[in-house]
Amino acid sequence: MAVSRLFGATVKRREDPRLITGKGTYTDDFKLPGMLHMAILRSPYAHARITHLDTSKAKQVPGVHAVLTGQDLEGKVNGIPTAWLIPASDLKTPTYKALATDHVRFTGDGVAAVVAETPAIAHDALDLIDINYEPLPVVTETEKALAPGAPQLHDDAPNNQAFHWTFSNGDPDGAFNGAEVVVRHRFVQQRLIPNAMEPRGAVAQWQSGADELTLYNTTQNPHIVRFLASVTNNIPENKIRVFARDVGGGFGSKIPFYPGDALTIFASQVTGRPVKWIEDRRENFLATIHGRDQITDVELAAKRDGTMTGLRVKAYSNMGAYLSTAAPGVPTWLFALIVPGCYTIQNYSCDVLGAFTNTTPTDAYRGAGRPEAAFLIERMADLLAGELQMDPVDVRRKNFVPADAFPYTSAGTLTYDSGNYQGTLDKALEMADYNGFRQQQQQMRQQGRYQGVGLSTYVEVCGLAPSPAAGAMGFQGGLWEPGTVRMLATGKAVVLTGTNPHGQGEETTFAQLVGDMLGIPAEDVDVVHGDTAAIPMGWGTYGSRSTAVGGTAIYKATQKVIEKAKKVAAHLLEASPDDMVFDSGTFHVQGSPDKKKTIQEVALMANLAWNMPEGVEPGLEESSFHDPTNFTYPFGAHICTVEVDPDTGEVKILRYVAVDDVGVVINPMIVDGQVHGGVAQGIGQALYEHAIYDEAGQLITGSMMDYAVPNATHIPTIETARTETPCPHNLTGVKGVGETGTIASSQAVVNAVVDVLSPLGIKHIDMPLTPERVWQAIQAAKSSGSGSGSGNANQPGQPGQ
Amino acid sequence: MGFSRGADDQPIRSSTSTHARYLLIDADHLSLEMVWHIVVRHRSAACRTAAIRIGAKSPEASVTLSLEVVAEHMGAVTRKGGSEVVDQNIRVTVNGVEQQSSVEPRTLLVHYLRDTLNLTGTHVGCDTSQCGACTVLLNGQPVKSCTMLAVQADGAQVQTVEGLAQNGQYHPIQTAFWEKHGLQCGFCTPGMMMAAVGVLQRSPNISDDEIRQQLEGNLCRCTGYQNIVAAVRAAADQMRGGAAQPAAAGTSGQ
Repeated sequence: MAVSRLFGATVKRREDPRLITGKGTYTDDFKLPGMLHMAILRSPYAHARITHLDTSKAKQVPGVHAVLTGQDLEGKVNGIPTAWLIPASDLKTPTYKALATDHVRFTGDGVAAVVAETPAIAHDALDLIDINYEPLPVVTETEKALAPGAPQLHDDAPNNQAFHWTFSNGDPDGAFNGAEVVVRHRFVQQRLIPNAMEPRGAVAQWQSGADELTLYNTTQNPHIVRFLASVTNNIPENKIRVFARDVGGGFGSKIPFYPGDALTIFASQVTGRPVKWIEDRRENFLATIHGRDQITDVELAAKRDGTMTGLRVKAYSNMGAYLSTAAPGVPTWLFALIVPGCYTIQNYSCDVLGAFTNTTPTDAYRGAGRPEAAFLIERMADLLAGELQMDPVDVRRKNFVPADAFPYTSAGTLTYDSGNYQGTLDKALEMADYNGFRQQQQQMRQQGRYQGVGLSTYVEVCGLAPSPAAGAMGFQGGLWEPGTVRMLATGKAVVLTGTNPHGQGEETTFAQLVGDMLGIPAEDVDVVHGDTAAIPMGWGTYGSRSTAVGGTAIYKATQKVIEKAKKVAAHLLEASPDDMVFDSGTFHVQGSPDKKKTIQEVALMANLAWNMPEGVEPGLEESSFHDPTNFTYPFGAHICTVEVDPDTGEVKILRYVAVDDVGVVINPMIVDGQVHGGVAQGIGQALYEHAIYDEAGQLITGSMMDYAVPNATHIPTIETARTETPCPHNLTGVKGVGETGTIASSQAVVNAVVDVLSPLGIKHIDMPLTPERVWQAIQAAKSSGSGSGSGNANQPGQPGQ
Repeated sequence: MGFSRGADDQPIRSSTSTHARYLLIDADHLSLEMVWHIVVRHRSAACRTAAIRIGAKSPEASVTLSLEVVAEHMGAVTRKGGSEVVDQNIRVTVNGVEQQSSVEPRTLLVHYLRDTLNLTGTHVGCDTSQCGACTVLLNGQPVKSCTMLAVQADGAQVQTVEGLAQNGQYHPIQTAFWEKHGLQCGFCTPGMMMAAVGVLQRSPNISDDEIRQQLEGNLCRCTGYQNIVAAVRAAADQMRGGAAQPAAAGTSGQ
């Protein structure tokens, strides 16, 4: 394709003028005439029977219009559906009621809702709901939940087992029989809380008579919300309009359809008034999904020269109390297939147990399974290097899929589309001055300063992706995207996309793409998203798919527009379409550059349709529905250098270098921004963030005081660079960048810290690497003698090396 | 001093049970000012309407104070007849326009701005004064508008994000956030910019490290802060008389 001024250029975002002036339209900004406000009463117990529920006092509060309980919803609001039914896994999908009727299963499970004139009145009335609980035994940890005698959450899920999913390729057991070296370790992927800055919420407007619903919703995928609201609230899908233009971050937490959404809709139906529900941050901590929370036991077989020959993984995933919308797919398909990473391991198996526990449901959080996979394989690469006394760089080089081997089918049965893993690593090593750092590291240590360097060479699977693959994996939806390009009589263009960017900047990126191809100014291209009434069915923004899938659909639609415009122009110029040349927005007759029509002139004539060629319909609007033939596979190398204060355990990041290859780049400024933010979330997981439940199932880290969302002093300057290996199977060459930073980064930081501490015999510390954990590891290693540490000072009793 | 929240009379000792009506404070002798400080920092939406209870050693010995009582101690509440709390008349100059309003004493400044004045550019991102999305300038100083009552702003000058651009020209901080890609989803941005304006007023010659330190009360989940720091740096340079000209408000493009 032609590379021109817009495609590949840093263009300031068109989203920004409304956002920097306070004129954005987030869900809480909508005020409808007669609008009421809803507040939800949530269980303070992690596990209990409801023995008494009396709402009569609350109903008497002046200004209260309705008090809803689980009983009121029976037969009217269905359970919240799970939309990823992973096959051959004995998956259990217990009913997830929008309001519990008799049994609450996590702290934050909804039990009643008040609809009132103001939020304050609604909250006043919540306090007057008389409810008694009979507490039940609680289990919050995955392995304990699966153990005999554990408290049981659901009658229809024996032993709290949500699923048992397995994968095997090659001969993993054979690889371990007679292996020259075997490295084993257990890793804990701690639970995280997404904390998009905008809490979740909805405004529902039910219009009786017309029997139509308009739902303003803070979501990453309005069409999926429309579909699930239809299922849950028994409203025909064609009678629902979901609107979500400005969304204040998501990171996966705004993919699911939530009980609060179904309740808001029902509340509007019951009261006949528009109803707004906006969660506060505390509610967000309890009732919006969490991420990660997986324990893995990993075994890696290798030869003495560092060649990896076999990999076996046993994973335990905490699903929370119910299965959220996409939850079962995250620790299975999205995790397991990419575990072998950049390496030519041929023999691989993965066994995943999902468990119900008395905790907030988990689901996709930025990267969704792939950060867990990349962390696992990159930590194992370092452990193998340590075992063999090899440089971590050499272990990786030894096992990389070679640049000339693509397309390459991995042990995870994925076909990596294109790559040059050695190329990104070499560039990162040079930028980080790896060799220089290694020399300096020894000198610093002699001065009593403890520095280390960590590598992460990753490949991810994103651009989600072929719908047949989605179906084979049990995802109850498609993963194609629509793109519509409409040229108006005035020469302006409207672009419709089924993706719903919420910070990623595709209003700008897509305008660059279309402006370039049509040869019109980007300012003349308007990109519409987040309105199901305006936009054909689409599947939303997640899995780094918007530009790779949605952008390709738009690209194809734009090509169709040009093809049609060419026929119209040829007709107007009394020439053959075969003789038309389209260049920079103008059609001319080959050999006669003066015989020309601009695409704006053609758009006017096509919209007027006074003089159309025979057989060509009026208007200049085309749609494409793009279903990719494969996922995309961005890759790269991140290098982190750190210094550890041995007296306090504090980790300071000295440098962070990110070399990514995300295919062709449309707007480098936006791509860099995505990497910055992604790395910040990975550093957050590595060093700071941890959702902790106590034994009673109370979320101890239930506010921003207690849960460390990184602030500006926690995140270093990130040095970015790129190589560019186009995606070979889509027309733009774009691979996607939304998740790379998060997938690549946690292990780079942990590898660096372990590099610092390895002379003490420390082989691993589980995240987050808080000063306390690092200090404890140092103390444990010192007390057990230098160089002979347990290998996992943080987790005595766990299988170490 | 430790504290925990309890839901009514249920023996919940976690800090995170929902719908706290009380703060259970493990201290016997606290001034009302200290209590107020705790309340506004740890308030939930429910606490807008609820109460605090002091003296956690034994619930029987505890004292329950409604937020209205605390507000009354602050001189913010008057009562009619017996005990009915009366709405308060306040006069606040917001973005240069004087507003006269009658508000419930418990109304937080941020809700007054958003709900009464329809200035929805100021966002609510948390309920513990951590995130800073609600930051506005009060008499020129950045404050978190979820941490003060509207009645406390009586007689004050308030500037919100809607008041940053003047005469159709963006404020340098707006131009810089746009040019440096200092925002992604944009939800933290108004508060971040207002905090940054306050920082630059205090410290025109600020270093990048100091920018990070001074903005640590404002959280962003999208940008990793790198381009926010770059934007504040660019605005600082521009405000000290750099060459860059402010862009016209409302222009778009490259």
